[in-house]
Amino acid sequence: MKKIFGFGLILIVLLFFILPGSLPAADVKIGVIYPMSGPVAQAGIDDKHAIELALDIINTGKYKHLNLPLAKSAGGLPNLGGAKVIVTTADHQGKPDLGLSEAERLITQEKVAALLGCYHSSVTETASMVAERMKVPFFNPESSSPKLTRRGFKWFFRSSPHDETFSEGMFQCVQDLEKKRGAKFKTIAVMYEDTLYGKDSSRIEKELAAKAGYKVVADIPYRRSATSLTSEVQKLKAANPDIFFPTSYASDAILLCKTSKDLDYNPQVIMAQNAGHTDPSFVEAMGKDIDGICSRTEFSLDLAKYKPMLTEINELFKKRSGRDFSGTSARCFVGFFVLCDAINRAGSTAPEAIRGALVKTNIPADQLITPWRGVKFDETGQNILVDAIVIQYQGAKPYTVWPFNLASKEMIFPIPKWSERK
Amino acid sequence: MYSSEIILQTVISGLLMGCIYALVAVGLCLIWGLMEIVNFAHGEMLMLGMFTSFWMFALYHIDPIISLPLCMVLLFLVGVATYFLVIKKILKAPFLAQILATFGLGIFLRYLAQFFWTPDFRMIKNPLLSGRIGFGGIFVGIPELTASVITIASFALLYWFINKTEIGSALLATSEDREAASLMGINSDKMFALGWGIGVGCLGIAGALISNFYYIFPEVGFPFALIAYVAVALGGFGSIPGSFVAGIIIGLVEFLGGLFIAPAFKYTFVFIIYLLVVFIRPQGLWGRY
Repeated sequence: MKKIFGFGLILIVLLFFILPGSLPAADVKIGVIYPMSGPVAQAGIDDKHAIELALDIINTGKYKHLNLPLAKSAGGLPNLGGAKVIVTTADHQGKPDLGLSEAERLITQEKVAALLGCYHSSVTETASMVAERMKVPFFNPESSSPKLTRRGFKWFFRSSPHDETFSEGMFQCVQDLEKKRGAKFKTIAVMYEDTLYGKDSSRIEKELAAKAGYKVVADIPYRRSATSLTSEVQKLKAANPDIFFPTSYASDAILLCKTSKDLDYNPQVIMAQNAGHTDPSFVEAMGKDIDGICSRTEFSLDLAKYKPMLTEINELFKKRSGRDFSGTSARCFVGFFVLCDAINRAGSTAPEAIRGALVKTNIPADQLITPWRGVKFDETGQNILVDAIVIQYQGAKPYTVWPFNLASKEMIFPIPKWSERK
Repeated sequence: MYSSEIILQTVISGLLMGCIYALVAVGLCLIWGLMEIVNFAHGEMLMLGMFTSFWMFALYHIDPIISLPLCMVLLFLVGVATYFLVIKKILKAPFLAQILATFGLGIFLRYLAQFFWTPDFRMIKNPLLSGRIGFGGIFVGIPELTASVITIASFALLYWFINKTEIGSALLATSEDREAASLMGINSDKMFALGWGIGVGCLGIAGALISNFYYIFPEVGFPFALIAYVAVALGGFGSIPGSFVAGIIIGLVEFLGGLFIAPAFKYTFVFIIYLLVVFIRPQGLWGRY
């Protein structure tokens, strides 16, 4: 009798472990992994606001007038009987090992249908390894390391462009200038801070320059904490390239701009690699002296000219977070919709079904607030309809100037000489 | 390879920057000469000087060149306070303790600045001294030019003060022989405090001048301080004219080396010169010991 009783008890306990997993859940749970504390906590906090706004739009059905995927349904995911989407947020503090263990916890204990994250390429790398092993879809809206989609993973999807697309955008912009505005470029110079970021981006620039037939006449690495950049700028002046490609963080971008002005260095085009050249402190410190500088970037609020709904969505976002959309939070917002759209089309929370639906994703450009031609994944999981944009500072404000069909101002070219500026 | 215009421009830029390096170095040199303590918080005190002129400009719209005397006085007081609160207590401590005390002070000041003023980069926008003058394709920044003129004047004044005044002689006597100077009725405590005040006060001048053309943030002092250590070792520990010449040499080597060989290695040349001097003449070019 005691034995049977004990056996029954074990059976009941076992049932408790098995039941919750096998019963159809009313809500669809998505695991979100972002840096909510640590040095880049602001990025994680912004992303969380973006996701909460997306949840509001999907779950309440209050925003039917917005042309976003799922916004038109009555609330929730229609193909799952109006199931609500909920998220469980985990904090990785920018640490790859923590990202890995949180991914494991979300999948095994929280039983999430899919994972989304993680901002840092390094954390995305480890967290998606867990998802791949456990066969759960991993959606990445913003990490930019090209290698993430080159690992042959089956369960990894990325909606954002990666670093190579960004650099290709810069060269396409330059070549479009030649085609449409009658410019003639022969030579370029690259100048970059000498750590991984600068070395990598200049390597890609040099490869693309060779492909496009431009001659690299100056190749100048420099130390980010240099007390002066005079000899660097003198070298540039002597080489006199048609296009100048700087890769800098904020402090060195300030010093570079200042030194160029002092030494009267006047390139025709300056095409910068984001980071320092789009940093608010750079803009704040140099004021109108940055006019004419172009930089590649992922997002700009003046896209609202072609995407009217961006203004309203940005207002909603600002009400929650107190900040405007940045390239990071806008891409997170779009990525979350792409994932929810796929879960809805799957009509199930079974991982294989969601993966199948993600593979078939095809979202048109007008349903996105990012400057892409749509969302469609290739076999590596990379969105193939992505584009970078190029902004130019005019009157100390950034304006989209390329692609020409998304431009809000015409690109000023060549940049006026220092002596001709007021 | 390069046009004479570019070479001449680089030489002039190097000379101007060299003056700045010299002014940052002289305070370090003075303190070492007086009491054989290396101030490892030197860069952070320079940062304090730069932030002083930044805040005077941002809060009260006082231009850095006008707030320069105030900046100098404030940093003089910082120097005196540092002597009484920190240095005096470790005068007889082992060498390592002396290093750690100023090093720790530096870290403390840096993070204090980061805490109160955030790690953002700031810039003084359109100060009185801005723009440049050009002649025949050579450009000289007005802030840099003014900075070097003031530097030379400061050096002259300092040299006169040390060598020609009674207090200066007392300072010299204390640095020569502490015991003997005390026996002559010189209060070494006061002399040390004065030395720290003048040494750090020089950073107030340097900070105010640099803030006209350089960005300001809590870690800005380190690269300047590093060069100052080299300048002091190169010019000779304790020699004021030595540190001036060494600053100029470093500016020229950095700029010309960067232009002719590779900018990535420009600091390498500076440190190679330093190593050569240390091997061949360990006391530095004008060193006493």
